[in-house]
Amino acid sequence: MERVALFITCVNDALFPETPKAVVTVLERLGYEVDFPAAQTCCGQMHANSGYKDDATRLARAFDDVFGGYDAIVTPSGSCAAMARDQYPHLTGSGIGRRVHELSEFLVDVAGVEDVGAHFPHTVTYHPTCHGTRALGLGDKPLRLLRAVGGIDLVGLPAADQCCGFGGTFALKNSEVSSAMLADKCANAAATGAEYLAAADNSCLTHIGGGVSRSGGPRPIHYAEILASTA
Amino acid sequence: MNDIVPAASLIPADAPFPKAAKVALGMPQLRKNLAHATGTIRAKRAKVAGELDDWEQLRDTAAAVKAGVQRRLPELAMRFEERATAAGAVVHWARDAAEANAIAARLVREAGAEEVVKVKSMATQEIELNEHFAAEGLRAFETDLAELIVQLAEDKPSHILVPAIHYNRTEIRDIFDQRMGDAPAGLTDDPAALAEAARLHLRRRFLSATVAVSGANFAIAETGSLVVVESEGNGRMCLTMPETLISIVGIEKLLPETADLEVFMQLLPRSSTGERMNPYTSVWTGVREGDGPRHVHVILLDNGRTNVLADEVGRQALSCIRCSACLNVCPVYERTGGHAYGHVYPGPIGAILAPQLEPGRHDDLPYASSLCGACYEVCPVKIDIPEVLVHLRQQGPHAAGERAAMGAAEAVMARPRLWRTALRAARLGSMPWRRKGFVRRMPWPASKWTVSRDLPVPPKESFRDWWKERER
Repeated sequence: MERVALFITCVNDALFPETPKAVVTVLERLGYEVDFPAAQTCCGQMHANSGYKDDATRLARAFDDVFGGYDAIVTPSGSCAAMARDQYPHLTGSGIGRRVHELSEFLVDVAGVEDVGAHFPHTVTYHPTCHGTRALGLGDKPLRLLRAVGGIDLVGLPAADQCCGFGGTFALKNSEVSSAMLADKCANAAATGAEYLAAADNSCLTHIGGGVSRSGGPRPIHYAEILASTA
Repeated sequence: MNDIVPAASLIPADAPFPKAAKVALGMPQLRKNLAHATGTIRAKRAKVAGELDDWEQLRDTAAAVKAGVQRRLPELAMRFEERATAAGAVVHWARDAAEANAIAARLVREAGAEEVVKVKSMATQEIELNEHFAAEGLRAFETDLAELIVQLAEDKPSHILVPAIHYNRTEIRDIFDQRMGDAPAGLTDDPAALAEAARLHLRRRFLSATVAVSGANFAIAETGSLVVVESEGNGRMCLTMPETLISIVGIEKLLPETADLEVFMQLLPRSSTGERMNPYTSVWTGVREGDGPRHVHVILLDNGRTNVLADEVGRQALSCIRCSACLNVCPVYERTGGHAYGHVYPGPIGAILAPQLEPGRHDDLPYASSLCGACYEVCPVKIDIPEVLVHLRQQGPHAAGERAAMGAAEAVMARPRLWRTALRAARLGSMPWRRKGFVRRMPWPASKWTVSRDLPVPPKESFRDWWKERER
């Protein structure tokens, strides 16, 4: 049985346990042995993107210490995977990012599956998150996985490629611009009439969810949780 | 008929970006105009860029040519001077805006003129040539339609390619009617009528001007030629009719050879106006007897560019060909417009260029981005704008409070046991909100989040607890 390491990300560690649980469920269903190195914390993305290079470098080194022994590291976050792949070489010279796979990359490219045996009888719209799509180049991999889910009704999201306005500390530093971007994203999400809005990053989903919670619209859900569902 | 209120006068140019952006966000007509215009150009660009199957190779080639120029800049600039001089041009070197303006003003006076007609030029906007000329008692008349609108409105450009993008045609009708002087009576907001009014107005200027001022899209080192790419033909008039032509050219505009134009002339029109080919491309080399201006001057402008060149990551900003594709796709620019950036180069490219051209100013601009990467995706010369934004954030100063908070977060995250303790504390501390599931109001600075979004509450059981239970 092949062994993979799970990097749950600090956001999921703090707020969203259901997402990494779902990743474990899907990977084990496909016959992988999942390891959870307990010393993991944060990839350093917030520090790097906010301009704190030294802090980010220390966290990148710690990531290397925790995950250095694994051939494959799976994470349910496009932006954290992009952080390791794009920024670690500049910060620490580490090439570990090549072994960090966002979940859909691992499933489609490494495991070679699109149908993971899920069933989710709901209407779902999909938001392609910026870092996953543009920095990591996920393309339609998450969508291909979702299309293979039994019972799912996928509906298109208008202006899907537009950023939701999260951008880490951008949401605080440029709160008004961020809120204007979010308002448009929420309106487009609501216009789909879907029950759920799925994405590959819980940080973006926290942002969209925080808006939808006030304006109404689909419930945010990480697509891993849809892939784990057999209901 | 409405009074003309220049948009730039409402948005505080010296205010930090978030503050200026907030003002712009509160201007519904501005936002409507911007969303409509950027949306239209965006769609046109995507269509014509998609027609070329070697688009990605063109981008790679353009990026490589520009990187090569940056490595050989002194050599190429000297060669340009040598060839242009041999062809009868006079080449001047300007260290900064003050030097360039002084040279240009002197040349205008030496030509015995007090007025000049202008080709649309970002370099002259950058050095504030019009303002400098006015202070010297000289007058500069913009002849590009959008620049004319902005000049008549006593406004400032808000976009690199479409400087009047923040006006709709009704507002433009009002500007012409009240400010042009010779606008026809009963002018409507029909685009053809507006263009005709501008054409008649400008024709008189072209026929009387003896000096023209231009910039250049490209400067060819191999031949000493300058190239202007335009749509309206006003540039061609300025470049051919007056006796004296003064071109102010940033040194990063150099290209090694004429053959390089093959790449850039495919990329630039498609990326800027969304056209396969632009209507007018003018190429001139020094002076030609009996054809065009008899006195040709070229002012090569540094104005901070060699400082940018010294930064190995940041220098790619000098590859910019001023197409504006990044502005048109930027979700931030689309909502705030250009004035909020407080610099002649707005949008994503401005956010990396302005702080580098004027170090110590515009430190807020690298943060005017969610790092969504839409700009990098469309950039015809593949400037990795998100990379440079992050790089500049890492160079720039940080507020003490934020520095402390980030340091504290890192200190916790670098110690797994402390991290787990902190998460446990957060779960306990948030218990009062657990039933509700979210927090609606938080004190500053978290209020910056809760102003428009609810905050989720940590779960009762963490993933770690679940995992430990499972392992047992």
